[in-house]
Amino acid sequence: MPVTLPPASPAPERPDPASLRPAAGPAADAGPERTDAVGRVGRRPSPFIVAVACTVSLLGLLPLGYVIVTGILTGWPELSALVFRPRVGELLVNTVGLVLITVPLCAAIGVGAAWLVGRTSLPGARVFAVLLAAPLAVPAFVNSYGWVSAIPSLNGLWSGVLIATLSYFPLVYLPCAAALRRLDPTVEEAAGSLGSGAWGVFFRVILPQLRLPILGGSLLVGLHLLAEYGAFAMVRFDTFTTAIVEQYRSTFNGPAANALAGVLVLCCLFLLVGESGARGRARYARIGSGVARPAPRRSLGRFTPLGYLVLGGLFVLSIGVPFTSVLRWLVQGGPAVWADGVVGEAFLQTVGYGLIGAVATCLLAFPIAFLAVRYPSRLARGLESVNYLTSSLPGIVTALALVTVSIRFVQPLYQSVVLVIATYLLMFLPRALVNLRAGLAQVPVGLEEAARSLGKHPIGAFLSVTARFFAPSALAAGALVFLGIVTELTATLLLAPNGTRTLAIQFWSKVNDINYVGAAPYALLMIALSLPVTYLLFARSRLTSVS
Amino acid sequence: MIAGIAGVTVLGATACSGNGAASGPEASSGGKPSGSITVYNAQHEELTQAWADEFTKETGVKVTLRNGDDSELGNQLVQEGSASKADVFLTENSPAISLVDNAGLFTAVDADTLAQVPAQFQPSSGNWTGIAARSTVFAYNPALLTEDQLPASLLDLADPSWKGRWAASPSGADFQAIVSAMLAVKGESATTAWLTAMKSNTVVYKGNSTVMKAINAGEIPGGVIYHYYWFGDQAGTGENSDSTKLHYFKNQDPGAFLSLSGGGVLKSSPNPVAAQAFLAFITGKAGQTILQTGTSFEYPIADGVSANPALLPISDLDAPKIDPSKLNSTKVTDLMTQAGLL
Repeated sequence: MPVTLPPASPAPERPDPASLRPAAGPAADAGPERTDAVGRVGRRPSPFIVAVACTVSLLGLLPLGYVIVTGILTGWPELSALVFRPRVGELLVNTVGLVLITVPLCAAIGVGAAWLVGRTSLPGARVFAVLLAAPLAVPAFVNSYGWVSAIPSLNGLWSGVLIATLSYFPLVYLPCAAALRRLDPTVEEAAGSLGSGAWGVFFRVILPQLRLPILGGSLLVGLHLLAEYGAFAMVRFDTFTTAIVEQYRSTFNGPAANALAGVLVLCCLFLLVGESGARGRARYARIGSGVARPAPRRSLGRFTPLGYLVLGGLFVLSIGVPFTSVLRWLVQGGPAVWADGVVGEAFLQTVGYGLIGAVATCLLAFPIAFLAVRYPSRLARGLESVNYLTSSLPGIVTALALVTVSIRFVQPLYQSVVLVIATYLLMFLPRALVNLRAGLAQVPVGLEEAARSLGKHPIGAFLSVTARFFAPSALAAGALVFLGIVTELTATLLLAPNGTRTLAIQFWSKVNDINYVGAAPYALLMIALSLPVTYLLFARSRLTSVS
Repeated sequence: MIAGIAGVTVLGATACSGNGAASGPEASSGGKPSGSITVYNAQHEELTQAWADEFTKETGVKVTLRNGDDSELGNQLVQEGSASKADVFLTENSPAISLVDNAGLFTAVDADTLAQVPAQFQPSSGNWTGIAARSTVFAYNPALLTEDQLPASLLDLADPSWKGRWAASPSGADFQAIVSAMLAVKGESATTAWLTAMKSNTVVYKGNSTVMKAINAGEIPGGVIYHYYWFGDQAGTGENSDSTKLHYFKNQDPGAFLSLSGGGVLKSSPNPVAAQAFLAFITGKAGQTILQTGTSFEYPIADGVSANPALLPISDLDAPKIDPSKLNSTKVTDLMTQAGLL
């Protein structure tokens, strides 16, 4: 699950302060039509929109419900025998160790890199600002392939940590870099004038203000670590997810796989609760009028070479190594590896799934975003959080749930394109939601009302006014879902209809036959499809609008 | 994608017409194969693709593969039951196909097809047939193990002296089939003890190719794999096997297990005529010759086609005699889960 939520809003499930107000909600608006101070229309939302939002969110509860129900059906004696065994202990130690080592590493690297590119006068810092976002375009399992090609003996915990850190540090780096740009430099100057040195300012003023992006980014890193399969399978490091996939390969969807999935879900919930508990209640926004000016950049002096070493080193390790490996295999394979016709077919299928999935996800996320912005209420917030919860579950759990449910209860959907798209929807909905929500919130509702008062039909008014304003957000939302789908491996392996070959599936099939040459075209195409989206992600993280 | 959706629709359409048109055994042997079939394929994709391409060329029947692992697809078929979209199931090993057979999901294989396959490569049930075979071997790195240090039996690898010195891919159906042979030959308690010892002795890799690659690189002295990985790599670049040798256990040892790959036609097949024709093709001269001359290096077993001359003849393997119907994949997965290998 190479998920990347929009980094500029690392704590999306937090309701914005305005929606906490007892504003117009469906329950409290028997009165005549009115608009409150922030421009929310106080009528009831259309029942159709509520119905769609509720249906999508209920569907979102399916994977969690599946884990709970199969747990109950399995019965405690068998379940406890499957959970309390040494193998699960091993997996727990591995998984927890991976998270405890990798998350702080990613946080340290992310913050350090953000400070180097954002606050120092290193020549070329702005170029590095873009380059360090690029690892997001390399799926973790492709990164792993690159590293294993370079150093075949890589295996175990530390190899897993190395690859995961290099793949995921941008998840902390991007939001931190964005937040750093928005910090009010006067606070730092005040600290300086009171006698704090450069280090003092960094640790006592800057770092505390980065708390939210660090926590949000770290949560994403943690969830990725729990969900990733391919990257760790390649370096023979067993986590809950790799073990579930192995159980699946041995038993399809036996009770042991489901028991492991239950433990994995608990790990995810633990991370979610931990993050929201650590977030605290302090407010970080600038208070008062005026516009914050950009902070001055600091010269590194004699540490300049060290700064370059860090940034350059990061780039070489995270992008250089996988790229070199892919290119080396491509050169070795020559034109022959492209010639079998499957490459083109896989490319088209992948793009097709990506496009359909992105459009479907945005369309179905829209009602939830619309309710959250225009009709904030307990219901709207509940619907939102359900979807964040579901997307936090590893793809393998969602896929297992949908395979089992469809095979038992909705046979026509089983092994269908619809089911694959539905899984993508559940996995990637929040990416769309965050962006659509932010985009909608920026549209002054008064304009739409003006259009209506001039005789436009409500839907026409929405399309000709609001939709235009928030088109860029919708594009970003779709692009992020697209990125997720293009690089999705685990769930696609389980759900693909007969004859489906996506880039990720073909790549994985070649890698399993240790045909690294044959895998290279697929790796290259996945990176090529991801790069533009990653750049978009970077560009949007520079905007000051969101969160 | 569009093509994908269209493909699904076409399959759906043929599924309906197939069900109506072809019923009863005489239809399956008499009619001319047409339309399309879906093959649940646990065999190596390249091999089955070669079979499918040749079959399509001969008959015009379109073949769609769903690729997966033995146990995954076997269990999947059992869960899908009569609603399965599969026409044919091909495995690498016998346990998974026996699983589907025991669930009563296969229709009898055409008598003409069975006539092509020697009795020793057929299950006692007659509901599926052997299509190819592969031999268990111990691959080793001569720089790390001399010939006199080689294990005489697969059971010897449970000895503490082998701790950390041999590799396997226990999550793969191949290795699980070898364990099922041990279960059949040596019984449950001996197998459980061996698996427990294996848990502490074995270095676990994912996939036989990866095991061989590690032995070749000197990461580990030896490992249990199937023969054809080695011959395939030797026929190619040899980059993952040049520093390794093969050791055959022989003596009807569980480690000399000759694993039978199987093929069967689903009772629920929407297109049984084409499905039976595909199985007949694979076990016939043309299909078996692809095994003999192709790059798979698996053993042909039917229609008098001899093995690739590079391979040790089947008769020299001295494999234990086991009824492939008796190999139990579920029991093996349970035992391996208990031993902490899964």
